[in-house]
Amino acid sequence: MNFDRIREKLNILADAAKYDVSCASSGSDRSNQKKGLGNASKMGICHTYTADGRCVSLLKILLTNHCIFDCAYCVTRKSNDVPRAAFKVQEVVDLTINFYRRNYIEGLFLSSGIFKSPDHTMERLVAVAKKLREEENFNGYIHLKSIPGASDELMYEAGLYADRLSVNIEVPTVSGLKLLAPDKKHEDFTKPMEKVKNEIIRYSAEQKIIKSTPKYAPAGQSTQMIVGASGESDKDIMYSATYYYKTFNMKRVYYSGYVPVTHDSRLPAIGSQVPMLRENRLYQTDWLLRFYDFSVGELLNNQHPNLDMDVDPKLSWALRNLHHFPVDVNAADKRLLARIPGIGMQSVHKILKARKFRKLNWDHLKKIGVALNRAQYFMVCDSRLWERRDMDAEKIKGMILQSSSGKFRNQYSAQLSLFNQQ
Amino acid sequence: MNVSTTLVYDGSFNGFLTSVFVTFDEKIKVADIQKNNRSQNGLFSEIETVFTNVEKAKRVWNGIRNKSYNAISNVYFAFLSEKDGVEMMLYTYIQKLMRIKNGKHLDYSDSTILYIAQLAKKVGREKHRMEAFVRFQLTKDEIYFANIEPDFDVLPLISKHFRDRYADQKWLIYDVKRKYGIYYDLNHVEMVSLDLKDIHHNRTLKSDAFTEAEHEYQTLWNDYFKSTNIASRINPKLHKQHVPKRYWKYLSEKKEAV
Ligand code: SF4
Repeated sequence: MNFDRIREKLNILADAAKYDVSCASSGSDRSNQKKGLGNASKMGICHTYTADGRCVSLLKILLTNHCIFDCAYCVTRKSNDVPRAAFKVQEVVDLTINFYRRNYIEGLFLSSGIFKSPDHTMERLVAVAKKLREEENFNGYIHLKSIPGASDELMYEAGLYADRLSVNIEVPTVSGLKLLAPDKKHEDFTKPMEKVKNEIIRYSAEQKIIKSTPKYAPAGQSTQMIVGASGESDKDIMYSATYYYKTFNMKRVYYSGYVPVTHDSRLPAIGSQVPMLRENRLYQTDWLLRFYDFSVGELLNNQHPNLDMDVDPKLSWALRNLHHFPVDVNAADKRLLARIPGIGMQSVHKILKARKFRKLNWDHLKKIGVALNRAQYFMVCDSRLWERRDMDAEKIKGMILQSSSGKFRNQYSAQLSLFNQQ
Repeated sequence: MNVSTTLVYDGSFNGFLTSVFVTFDEKIKVADIQKNNRSQNGLFSEIETVFTNVEKAKRVWNGIRNKSYNAISNVYFAFLSEKDGVEMMLYTYIQKLMRIKNGKHLDYSDSTILYIAQLAKKVGREKHRMEAFVRFQLTKDEIYFANIEPDFDVLPLISKHFRDRYADQKWLIYDVKRKYGIYYDLNHVEMVSLDLKDIHHNRTLKSDAFTEAEHEYQTLWNDYFKSTNIASRINPKLHKQHVPKRYWKYLSEKKEAV
């Protein structure tokens, strides 16, 4: 191994890969086979955290940052004047194995600029994964990027070796895509997604009949959208996220506050702030849709095309829908409990358990971990004191903001810990 | 007068379970259950030394497990916290557990039950941290070696994880604080007690004990870690919350920061 050369490549190709925020290594359950190396645990492990608090669980690199395309939002675009490099297939394999053996990582996340053609690029990515699985008997996590425009055959092969596949849609609206990535067509993104989705369905059907059916992309597909690059509304973003969840059975949609990397009149200038709070609100919304049984139209619609920045989306929904409250904590069903601001899913389960023994009062709820400073206005419990009385939404909001000013300074970290739970 | 008894056991988990067995079996009124190296005389209690008996321990283990799987892991995890006085808390916990029909219906508003559950959770968190923060360094005799210094005695808990994952390499994880390690020889994991003089923090300097490539891979990892940062998003407070400072000296990516 030529250490200095590898070092140089790694610096270039890791740097170019960092804007892809997905670092999940969860959702797969590959066990160690034939006394080989590694396994992929259902939960995934963060081996360290970046200085901005994001989980590091995978070696996330590009195979190359040479690219024939010129997408405006991307550091790797061909018109950008940056140093270029390319790994050989074997070099990526060696790095992955050696990092993995030292317990630095859960596996590999390999993406790439598009050199020559989409198929040419995809073929190399597949070659890395195949080598890891077949020559190194590696059972750790592999996430491959599906290159937009890659053929069905290659996408099929990719799923045989990878745990997860993803195509980043990046721009949430078709019109934005035309503006910012004129070389790419919407179908270039959706075709590989469609193929992978169908194979996953086929394989899992076969698995039910024949146990020994090999795995096909067991951790499913994900995608990413950049936030704040093309003037889209939160409604645009979340409706399009919902579309990808439904149409392609996405496991995750990631939202990435746009980090300006270029001087381009179509985009926010370098130095403009990364919309992190907005990103946070989108993740919270995503969470509510997936785990709290909200539908997207309840949270965002033509009257409310954008999320509130000063309060979280659940509180914001509750304030617009005071007629559903107060909810009786000792009687309400699970779905309704989960809609009370300040009560998370964990608390919901604890409440359901604890109220079998006794009627719960404020004290019990506090012990359980309910954020009473928010919840108190929306619920009644075994106590005659309850707080909302005749306050209107504005007043409640004011009270809550006042009482949680300390917390709000931490909302950025709240988002990240949410983000890391996956 | 009904005198209460202080039970003294050898400090092992089986020893503790044997003590619990003894109290039930002999209907003893317990003043305290103490590790032999930490025992103190109570003024008004008798002392009884408990000899660890695997059979008896097993009966208690099974008794708890039959009530609830969750409870048995809570008991084991909380025990490994090595917290002062944890034995009596566990003893009360087990008594309460035995009184109910189905272990699923533990009352979490009870303070002992809550305490044990929370303690077990802390130990569980430390277990996960160690699974994440172990950094192996390859020695010249081809053993992947790591030092750790966990807050709780978690080596017994992480052994399975590493055995399952690193089935084709020899490895040794050494607990600097408790002076013992777990060693995998490609077939079994065994506990080894050894007193290492040199603590191998991840050093910026090359060390003779390790292979040439070891230093290079640490450098590459270190570079990689640096390049993952997005400057405009930096948040040191959050970073420290995830990777508490006391672990830094064992993490190769943090070696320059120590
Ligand atoms: S094709 Fe991919 S790598 Fe190339 S410029 Fe567009 S987004 Fe960047």
